[in-house]
Amino acid sequence: MKTEKTLHRNINPWRQGLLFSLLALASLFTGLVTAETLHEERSVYRNIFVTEVDGRRCLLFNAVRGERNQTCMNMRNPKEFVFHYARMTMAGLLVNPDPKNILIAGLGGGTLPSALHELYPNAKIEIIEIDQAVVNVAKNFFNFQESANVETHVVDARVFIKRAGLTGRKFDFIVLDAFTGEYIPEHMLTQEFLEEVKQVLTPDGVLISNTFSTSQLYAHESETYRAVFGDFFNLKMSGSGNRVIIAQQKELPSLGTLKANAQPLHETLKPYGVEILEFPGRMGTRPDWDQTKRVLTDQFSPANLLGR
Amino acid sequence: MTESSKNSLMQNVIVCAAFLNGFVIMTIELLGGRVLSPYFGTSVYVWGSIITIFMLSLSLGYLWGGRLSSRNPSHGMFAAFFGLSALLSLPIIFFAEWTMTQVFLLVEDPRYGSLIAATLLYFLPICFMGMVSPYSIRLLVSSEEHSGRMAGLLYFVSTLGSALGTLLTSFYFVLWFEIDTIMWGSVAVLLLCGAAILIIHKLPVREATGVHRYEN
Repeated sequence: MKTEKTLHRNINPWRQGLLFSLLALASLFTGLVTAETLHEERSVYRNIFVTEVDGRRCLLFNAVRGERNQTCMNMRNPKEFVFHYARMTMAGLLVNPDPKNILIAGLGGGTLPSALHELYPNAKIEIIEIDQAVVNVAKNFFNFQESANVETHVVDARVFIKRAGLTGRKFDFIVLDAFTGEYIPEHMLTQEFLEEVKQVLTPDGVLISNTFSTSQLYAHESETYRAVFGDFFNLKMSGSGNRVIIAQQKELPSLGTLKANAQPLHETLKPYGVEILEFPGRMGTRPDWDQTKRVLTDQFSPANLLGR
Repeated sequence: MTESSKNSLMQNVIVCAAFLNGFVIMTIELLGGRVLSPYFGTSVYVWGSIITIFMLSLSLGYLWGGRLSSRNPSHGMFAAFFGLSALLSLPIIFFAEWTMTQVFLLVEDPRYGSLIAATLLYFLPICFMGMVSPYSIRLLVSSEEHSGRMAGLLYFVSTLGSALGTLLTSFYFVLWFEIDTIMWGSVAVLLLCGAAILIIHKLPVREATGVHRYEN
């Protein structure tokens, strides 16, 4: 403490100011420009950036400061899920511990499908991603690999699911993870869309939807899910602005079943940074939102206006 | 009402109608994205399809409207454009889902699916809305030296209407109303424009007292 004081006194305030502004400028530059940008992928939608800081590689949709990382990978431990919401998605396994036909809307860096493929090599995994550029980046920078059992379709998720419903296809583990921070695809929040999802979900299948827990949209969205699926598990973690909705066609399993299903998964999921034993106690069905809010429909879905 | 006051009333109403026409075009265009998204998504090509079809419909509307205006331009015909635009917008409310389901089943590629659906739903009504612009210029222009000024005024009000239609629809209407409600509002506005023009056109004209008119 004392040395610090003396140090300060010895430095001429002008020089101190100059030093400070230089430092500020330097930090601005490292943030804005590209000291750590590995790659920029051109896209029809928005350009995608791959950055790496301190062993953490991230996929970004926006190069502006205050950017949100879409997916990150810890390069020293690529298995580990960096974000809470990715870990929370695995709670779906408590409802269906043995998925065989998996559908994931929204690829990101591909960490989720890669993990599910490692865990369930025999399961057929189909990923819907609207942007070819995201697929390219996932393959080139995030070790995402397609194989006989892992297939990506570059198409709008609603279009894919509508057609899957018409051709009678079914999935027993569906993950909706198509929301970026900036723009919400409004046609994928509506009652009609969820009815279409329900149609491609097997009776024992589980729907896992990664959404937001903030803003007015929370109540609207919750009411919409309830209108289609009835009660659902609402999983939230402190320190995450996301919440994960876990829904099923039939009645939801009891807390006992969730806990029983968690036990054998505990060790398997540990390398992914997922503490599955924490989840059952946090999976509540009690509504904690304003239940008078209007259900979102294809006719009324101002999700981006509500989500501000 | 004297003839000159009737004329100036009519001119004002035509300018307002052009404004509202521009407004409604962009309201319907913006809602088009919403209407198509459940079937074709919100990818950039869906907007591409909508904008292409709107531009194409408007351009042909301008062409045909301009041609029609050169032969006996009448207020009755002008009002009919609004009536037909309103009428042809009704299928967007009543048959959009059916139409899009058929297209969705027939065409697998959402690019061409959205292009076909946008054509079927929007081509005719927007074409008639496009005819309004050149025709209203013809009705407003009384002399050659005025023509540029009137055309400028018409572009100004209709494009201003479009700007406001875009803004209000995307910022507020979709938050306050259902899509079909907004569509009904647009139909009502078009019908009102047509009715106002017809009514004013039919207003009896009184000879101005104390003024002799010499005609030869």
